[in-house]
Amino acid sequence: MQGSEETTGVEGEDKSTRSPIIRARDLVKNYGNVRAVDTISFEVMPGEVFGFLGPNGAGKTTTMRMIQCVSPPTGGTLSVFGLDVRDHPADIKKWLGIVPQETNLDPDFTCIENLLVYARYFDIPAKEARQRAEKLLAFMQLEEKADVPIDGLSGGMKRRLILARALINNPRLLVLDEPTIGLDPQARHLMWEKLKALQGMGNTILLTTHYLEEAERLCNRLVIMDRGKILVEGEPMDLVRRYAGDEIVESEGSPQVIACLEETGCRYEVHGDMVQAFSDQPRVLAKRILDTCNPGRVFVRRGTLEDVFLSLTGRDLRE
Amino acid sequence: MRRYFPVPTRLAWKVWRRNRDVFFKTYRVNFLPPFIEPVLYLLALGYGLGMFVGDIGGVPYVSFIAPALLAISMMNASFFECTYSSFVRMYYQKTYDAMVATPLSIEDVIAGELLWGATRSLIYSSAMLVVLVAFGVVALPSSLLVIPFSFLAGLLFSGIAMCFTAVSPTIDTLNYPAFLFITPMFLFSGTFFPLSVLPGPIQVFAMAVLPLAQVVTVTRSLTLAELSPVLFLYSLAWIASVCTVLFFVSIHLMKRRLVI
Ligand SMILES: Nc1ncnc2c1ncn2[C@@H]1O[C@H](COP(=O)(O)OP(=O)(O)O)[C@@H](O)[C@H]1O
Ligand SMILES: [Mg+2]
Repeated sequence: MQGSEETTGVEGEDKSTRSPIIRARDLVKNYGNVRAVDTISFEVMPGEVFGFLGPNGAGKTTTMRMIQCVSPPTGGTLSVFGLDVRDHPADIKKWLGIVPQETNLDPDFTCIENLLVYARYFDIPAKEARQRAEKLLAFMQLEEKADVPIDGLSGGMKRRLILARALINNPRLLVLDEPTIGLDPQARHLMWEKLKALQGMGNTILLTTHYLEEAERLCNRLVIMDRGKILVEGEPMDLVRRYAGDEIVESEGSPQVIACLEETGCRYEVHGDMVQAFSDQPRVLAKRILDTCNPGRVFVRRGTLEDVFLSLTGRDLRE
Repeated sequence: MRRYFPVPTRLAWKVWRRNRDVFFKTYRVNFLPPFIEPVLYLLALGYGLGMFVGDIGGVPYVSFIAPALLAISMMNASFFECTYSSFVRMYYQKTYDAMVATPLSIEDVIAGELLWGATRSLIYSSAMLVVLVAFGVVALPSSLLVIPFSFLAGLLFSGIAMCFTAVSPTIDTLNYPAFLFITPMFLFSGTFFPLSVLPGPIQVFAMAVLPLAQVVTVTRSLTLAELSPVLFLYSLAWIASVCTVLFFVSIHLMKRRLVI
């Protein structure tokens, strides 16, 4: 957990005058012939929650691993805390808190031992480590599990313990790769609550997800990534406004309705037996469809990040 | 230079401590075998078989194989730690991934694993030494030098093991070095019969390339308190130099496997 003296989000200061926590320029990563990350550039500012959204195989994990200094970039530049990831891995990693996509808690230890052993890797003195570990277990609602071996934890508890582990060194940057992957709704909401609390304390957080709702709830700013490239960058609400419209008209996709939409000249997309239409005046459009095109049903709903996401990355299945 | 030549730092000891902590958490399982095993071998081979063998070069058979048992325990304790156990930590438990997300580098992690393998060699052979002293089949005080030597020998076998681990596609393919390298070496390194009874070329081969043959030579010199200086120094130098080379080669191979 970020102590008050370690707070990175300095309040009242103008964002533009502060230097970014992460700066990536034309970043490239190849695995053999596979280009996993294809010339991406972005900056993450202190105190913000920055999201990487994208389907499977987009290159999110690869980007996180380069930021964590465990996977060397093939090309471009990448600096964290103003230091080059190639030249200063130990200095950077000292101030990172990592939640990996794949759970890698140490099964040979109990919950609290996992935190204590991890603290040792950061050269945190034993007494201090125990204090922090107890505080973090309490924060993550895992006190009762302190002496339980890892095998005895549910999936949600494991993810929370990993988050606790990531906070043991009072990191200046939290990197979370799919923090709620595979969790049931209750566990996911609890995780979100904890992340919100961390955000409230001024932490800088970088997270990847393919849950649209997660990105919408948590991120101040995000990029949508697909096939190694960044497609768009912005604030969630702005992206919705820009790429989906505040409101979307949805109707049964009968030939009659489609003919009607052709007539109005508005942009529409057919998905299965439904059609989605985008318009500046969605309510007027809906009324017109209702009055003249004989749809089974038609309704207007709020545009979401999911609409942005699907319209940018397409609907074909990625596995 | 660090980018091209693997240089571990003092942080390697943090990895060593992690393994030590796990070892002592389960010490009951870990400590019984090194006490029981030598007793079985001493009784069955030393006294049983020894009845028929009699002396070898004026040395009672049981005293002849005692140092071999020590050398084999050094080999097994470190080799199996840095093959199967390390592979499990690397591949299944993702322990290395968790470690390199901290200030530890992959060089530190592998160096820590090697040092731990060496430490296991020391722990197991020391436990065995206690039994051998109790049976009165090793000379004192020279046999006490086996303790520091077992760390060096353990580091040698850890380095060999880690090279195999670094190139092994699955945990099953580690069976190849275990059966095709360790088992023959266990038999043909002057362990249970002197190398001198073998054909000349095989003797030369054993003394030139078999790590266990070197370790047996040094250990036997210490437990019998009988030193043939040339052979002793040759084996010691062989161990020290191969150990140093493999320490860095194994880290390099692991780095090639894991840093992608
Ligand atoms: N170790 C690897 N070796 C080869 N290809 C890889 C490796 N890791 C990832 N890839 C490939 O790189 C691309 C991006 O993967 P990844 O970064 O894991 O995507 P995401 O996290 O967005 O799902 C995928 O095509 C994946 O198959
Ligand atoms: Mg991923």
